[in-house]
Amino acid sequence: MDTATPLGTLFSLFIIGLSYFCGLAFIIGLLWRLFGYLRTPMPWPEAITPAPTTEGGALARVLGDVLIFPNLFKADKALWVGAWVFHVALAAILFRHLRYFTYPVPGLVLYMETVALFFGYVFGAAALYLFWRRLALPRTLYISNVPDYFALLLLGLIAGSGILVSYWAHVYIVDVKAFILGLLTLHPVAPPLHPLFLTHYSLVLLLLLYFPFSKLLHAGGIFFSPSRNQPYQVQMRGKRYVNPWDSPAG
Amino acid sequence: MAKFDETPIVKDAAKNGVLAPPELREHASSRVRCWPSKAKDTIPIGLPPERVPDWQERAIAKFGELLERNKALRVYMDICVRCGACTDKCQFFLGTGDPQNFPVARAELMRKVYRRYFTPGGRYLRDASEAADFDEEMLEKWYTYFYQCSECRRCSVFCPYGIDTAEITMAAREILCSIGVSTKYVTEVVAKVYETGNNLGIPSAAWKDNCEFLEDELQEETGLPIRFPVDDYGAEVLLVPPSADNFANVDTMIGYGKLFHALGIRWTTSTYCNEGGNFGLFLNYANLKRVNKRIIDAARMLNVKTIIWGECGHAWRGGVLTPTLNGPMDMFDPPYPYHISQFIVDMLNKGALNGKIDKSANDQYLVTYHDPCNPARAGQLLEEPRQILRACVNRFVEMPANTIREKTYCCGAGGGLLTDEVMAIRMAGGKPRAMAVKHSGANFLATICAICKAQLPEAMKYWKVDVEVGGVIQLLGNALKL
Repeated sequence: MDTATPLGTLFSLFIIGLSYFCGLAFIIGLLWRLFGYLRTPMPWPEAITPAPTTEGGALARVLGDVLIFPNLFKADKALWVGAWVFHVALAAILFRHLRYFTYPVPGLVLYMETVALFFGYVFGAAALYLFWRRLALPRTLYISNVPDYFALLLLGLIAGSGILVSYWAHVYIVDVKAFILGLLTLHPVAPPLHPLFLTHYSLVLLLLLYFPFSKLLHAGGIFFSPSRNQPYQVQMRGKRYVNPWDSPAG
Repeated sequence: MAKFDETPIVKDAAKNGVLAPPELREHASSRVRCWPSKAKDTIPIGLPPERVPDWQERAIAKFGELLERNKALRVYMDICVRCGACTDKCQFFLGTGDPQNFPVARAELMRKVYRRYFTPGGRYLRDASEAADFDEEMLEKWYTYFYQCSECRRCSVFCPYGIDTAEITMAAREILCSIGVSTKYVTEVVAKVYETGNNLGIPSAAWKDNCEFLEDELQEETGLPIRFPVDDYGAEVLLVPPSADNFANVDTMIGYGKLFHALGIRWTTSTYCNEGGNFGLFLNYANLKRVNKRIIDAARMLNVKTIIWGECGHAWRGGVLTPTLNGPMDMFDPPYPYHISQFIVDMLNKGALNGKIDKSANDQYLVTYHDPCNPARAGQLLEEPRQILRACVNRFVEMPANTIREKTYCCGAGGGLLTDEVMAIRMAGGKPRAMAVKHSGANFLATICAICKAQLPEAMKYWKVDVEVGGVIQLLGNALKL
């Protein structure tokens, strides 16, 4: 397809419109959901003990949950390895994608060039493992739902198309970057009409649209879990836990 | 133990005291249900006497209200990824093999309804979003499986987000009782508290009689005037024990008496509130608060300086909520709320019991300690009971690491399940604890919870573990030189 044709122009406009729609849905949806968690009160102290007794300790507990999944480690070592590798690889890949969003590109991102493909494969392998695990164990098979398979499938397809478009069926990166920077600076230009790139890109748009309204929101919700983010202070003077919607006078 | 249908119970043996997850047995425990409540109990505690005609609308409205009022519920409805980490952690699954007793499957019963009525996906794409109507069938599942959860929070310890199934179960039960669906056992107990001051329905006169009887017994046994004061205005300490301590677990009660005698502290119990255990936790917020308030009121009536909570797990869970539910406790001496185990440890650390303990008095026992779920996972009481045991017994052994401290198993009857019609669930739920005790080789199982003390002897007998069950303070009482 050529952008010079009317059909090509329409298609470009469609992709650009879809990009803004999905991007806005992601940002607004995410803020709306997280604000919902933020504004909902927790009526009583709810820390699972043994718990830290200071705010700093509670913060450290939450950061630990985000970074190293200690509860999962206690629960299931094989799942911990799969899940942790999956998330670290995802973080590395997202970080490396900064090269499509920034100019000039930060040095560290460029430095990652040599290991980028490795993280791509690792992520794909971890996603496959997690998918296999859902089907292979009777207990996970019993609890797995359509949305669980869908999320893994979507992420796996994004990874697969991403690897292909970066390393085998190359897309011209300058065009990609011009397109992305154009979107970000509100001066959109036509997307590269490379089928594999467009596949990768549309799947990402679908992910953005799906994220705030699905279980993927655990990425934000983890910060709001009262059993983990509260310090245990119920016996401390001056630290009375007040229920905002039912506070006896005194 | 009366005969009951044992088919819901998995009989596989444990290895080294730890149970492997059993084969899945769908619907294995789907017919084990608590008896429904009666109007004579629900009316006095402010609940509808029978299922209300517009129960579906009312339930969904109540659900919506709770989502606005409880952050934990709102977050935990959304963020579960169904990773399966919790699926082999619940004692009721390990004992029954029923996959509906996976914590995640239990919570999904509520999430399906949440998605159906509170998310766009569930409203418009019901089946693809794993959403379901709140219909007769779902109501029955809620009633069955939210009363096969003891709100013990073991699953939360293994959840990467700390999703607390107890919060979910509590919310589900709050919704159920708002539409007139509740259990006989829990409503009966709460009604008894308002009538008599305690869960067992012991009248004041009988409470006083029991205390006098204990005084006479101990006078005869020790020759000492060990007192069990009742309604002593101006005492230093109001002890709020579980009422079972003055009825079934008298050895625990004797332990309190000996301790305060040894320390020379003027203490009392109250006939207005001689119950720490708060069954409102298993019902709804209004009753949780109302039952809890009786403790503060009793302390004010008797003008005591300090309230001390006795050996009761749910009491302590309710206890730590006291400042939140019923106002500050600034008029009492800190630390507050104060647990008897913390009090004993403070006394040990101060040296108040130096030279007064003869550990050899417990030498016939090899003791192990069962962490009740609430003190361990909701009340930060992990070290104190062990410290007391180290001070008063020579022979102590721990159970496997996977079954103690914050990873402790529920006794199998917490959360309003200590009732005979669900005996199959109780014995199934008690299995992991029984296997761990057996492995430890102990002949005395010490704990600090009245429900555990009622459930564990039956579970130990069922699983053929030869062990005596009693209080931590009972062992301390044995060892005190008076």
